Amino acid sequence: MRTAIVDDVIDVESLLAEVERDSNGATVLFIGTVRDQNNGRPVTGIEYACYGPMATRELSSICTEASERFATLDIVVEHRVGHLFVGEASVVIAVAHARRGSAYEASRYIIEQIKRRLPIWKREEYTDGTREWVDPTAVAVVGPES
Amino acid sequence: MTVTALLFASYADVLQCESLEIALPKGATVGDVVAHVRAMPGGAMLPPSPLVAVNQAYARSDVVLASGDEIAIIPPVAGG
Repeated sequence: MRTAIVDDVIDVESLLAEVERDSNGATVLFIGTVRDQNNGRPVTGIEYACYGPMATRELSSICTEASERFATLDIVVEHRVGHLFVGEASVVIAVAHARRGSAYEASRYIIEQIKRRLPIWKREEYTDGTREWVDPTAVAVVGPES
Repeated sequence: MTVTALLFASYADVLQCESLEIALPKGATVGDVVAHVRAMPGGAMLPPSPLVAVNQAYARSDVVLASGDEIAIIPPVAGG
């Protein structure tokens, strides 16, 4: 298992290679990318900011939880920060497991917890030159589950 | 005692700072730090009960602080 907050391009192939194991029957790869619009506004890029030490610690905790819940050590997650252009990967989650059901569930658990807990923020940049911090108020944002 | 408050993203923008030292009486809580920051110019833009982390772990507003603690006031997260 490995997690990292990185400031460079994520090497998806190397993450996949890290979770390879002959006993695994399923590998799920999730790639979150910067899309070209949000709420109807054309987006040119996103600046990701983070609370570095806590983001590192929280991402590690999330993956430890997923490892224990779904019984696999073959989890590698990288979240990128800094400036990203449309189409670039902001987060990559590679999970391998003996069974596909648990691989899917672990991957889903990790991305949903990232959305809830990871202290990372994004400032979208629009084609008109303006930029704004994204406030996902439509989504309940709370601390970790007790 | 003195604690360090950290601000990020939109909160850092409205308060025009990312870090500040705050002197508080012994027994002060997370809620006292939030109240102090919300009383600063621009601070009213923060919600009354924002997400807060003490020494890099999420904490409730009634947690009692120690001198030297790092209190991060966390805007709605938007990772992924």
